[in-house]
Amino acid sequence: MIHVEDLFVTFGHGPTEVRAVRGVSFSVAHGEAFGLVGESGSGKSTVLRAIARLTNAWTGTIRIDGTALSHRRDRATARRMQMVFQDPYGSLHPRHTVNDILQEPLQIHGIDRHDERILGALDDVGLGRELRFRYPHQISGGQRQRVAIARALILEPEILLLDEPTSALDVSVQAEILNLLVRLRQAHGLTYIMVSHNLAVVAHICERVAVMNRGRFVEELTADSLRSATPTDAYTRQLIAASGGYDRELARGIVTYE
Amino acid sequence: MTEAPLLTVEDLNVVFQTARGPVHAVRGVSFELGRERLGIVGESGSGKSQTGRAILRLSAANGRVSAKRMEFDGIDLMTTSEKQMRDIRGARISMIMQDPRYSLNPVMTVGEQIAEAYLIHADATRAEARERALEMLATVQIRDPETVYNLYPHQVSGGMGQRVMIAMMLIPEPDLMIADEPTSALDVTVQMQVLALLDDMVRERGMGLILISHDLNLVASFCDRVLVMYGGRVMEVLEAGQLQKAQHAYTRGLLNCIPELDHHQDVLPVLERDPAWLTE
Ligand SMILES: Nc1ncnc2c1ncn2[C@@H]1O[C@H](COP(=O)(O)OP(=O)(O)OP(=O)(O)O)[C@@H](O)[C@H]1O
Ligand SMILES: Nc1ncnc2c1ncn2[C@@H]1O[C@H](COP(=O)(O)OP(=O)(O)OP(=O)(O)O)[C@@H](O)[C@H]1O
Ligand SMILES: [Mg+2]
Ligand SMILES: [Mg+2]
Repeated sequence: MIHVEDLFVTFGHGPTEVRAVRGVSFSVAHGEAFGLVGESGSGKSTVLRAIARLTNAWTGTIRIDGTALSHRRDRATARRMQMVFQDPYGSLHPRHTVNDILQEPLQIHGIDRHDERILGALDDVGLGRELRFRYPHQISGGQRQRVAIARALILEPEILLLDEPTSALDVSVQAEILNLLVRLRQAHGLTYIMVSHNLAVVAHICERVAVMNRGRFVEELTADSLRSATPTDAYTRQLIAASGGYDRELARGIVTYE
Repeated sequence: MTEAPLLTVEDLNVVFQTARGPVHAVRGVSFELGRERLGIVGESGSGKSQTGRAILRLSAANGRVSAKRMEFDGIDLMTTSEKQMRDIRGARISMIMQDPRYSLNPVMTVGEQIAEAYLIHADATRAEARERALEMLATVQIRDPETVYNLYPHQVSGGMGQRVMIAMMLIPEPDLMIADEPTSALDVTVQMQVLALLDDMVRERGMGLILISHDLNLVASFCDRVLVMYGGRVMEVLEAGQLQKAQHAYTRGLLNCIPELDHHQDVLPVLERDPAWLTE
């Protein structure tokens, strides 16, 4: 369903040039969930932003169902593909009610039956209908993230790009959102690409995982081999070791991989 | 503890006035902090951040703070003047705010902001401040400090923004650091290195550290003691090493929600809240 080939993303020019993504290729099948993990600043969000064409500083090929994407966002693909952002506080307009937030994409895409779709989206993410006319600051962090997911779902996309959907949430809300993501994928046959620095979260949602470092994939592995700690790459092994909690000796021994 | 505690909080309450009535965000919180690592955990909205902000007298304008006692190194934080409070903030008590992107100035490069934080409290030249800021960026494990120094907040990744905040707060070498979710956007290896840095500040410089976090496993492995909060109250205080053996149903409920890498569950348990927790 999604084929990415030789993706490069470069920001700026000359001395301030940042080569955020340096030759990444991968495929995600219809209905599959693919995870991206790796070092902070390694280019994970940038890969998602390029696929969503929120940046146009990319080269390479991105195909959806065989059709190559252009650099300009077109409505038809935008509708099939929605993104949930890393920052649940910043991504909702503070002076728009939940209803406004869910209605906006319907208006932009000229879609009818607003009431029915908004109530359906609220039900889908397990938000009570009484929250429909509240503002973001009048609901909890977990509810805000559900609104962000409802907004992504309301256009009935086939692909969800999820950037750290739970890292700002407490563990109880995280469990609710992860259960929701599993249920929605089954119910609607969705395809996911999910970024998270939490290996257990990625293994919970995804079948396959790519490990990024310095703008490149260092390894692609199944969730099972991530779980059984059998990766071959040294950087991946270090990532798994560091997932076990704080250890002063381990912290001293962390190596930087180029 | 033989020496006097660095921070004493006794019966702290924070109440916000809202159009729909008062919100009692912090209810009778008490604890002492030495030159140690104290964790605060608890679900979203349980009052963790508001406890931290009240210590620095940074509660929102609609909030009212009261306490039987709130004392930092012999200074009464409830009655000290606003001017003295300004001298304490940053220089002696620093707080790493939960949302780094909101706390950084969008029109100033991240490097200049760290240098600025140094200049406020140190008698140094601009060039020295720049050097210190570059060193600090390297200390928080930023690769290419020279490049990142000149980037604006919207040009750095989530985890880089968080480390810029940490660098800004550590540069004046405070006696007490309140770190609100300081590593939630960091990958696990960088997180570990940043925690080791905070650990050094506690061990070598005798800094007191309050670490607010959703990550119970992290707090259990990093801190000395843990305060578990629910509905503005402290449910229990545990030795960090004993967190996994916590008895309170709320703490157990939180621990059960966490997905584990080596053991897959199709559906994760979610927290069943018991109203009795607020009255017991
Ligand atoms: N608009 C921009 N201008 C310049 N550099 C940028 C811009 N956006 C991103 N970058 C750089 O691209 C690199 C990759 O950033 P990206 O946000 O993709 O990282 P990430 O892997 O998502 O990290 P994190 O886990 O910390 O969120 C970083 O070095 C960042 O500074
Ligand atoms: N200015 C305000 N006016 C009214 N209520 C407020 C205000 N600021 C905070 N609150 C409320 O105080 C309570 C405690 O908030 P606090 O930010 O301390 O939670 P927290 O434990 O840090 O949660 P999280 O893990 O989501 O950061 C919440 O119910 C919140 O809605
Ligand atoms: Mg990112
Ligand atoms: Mg908070």
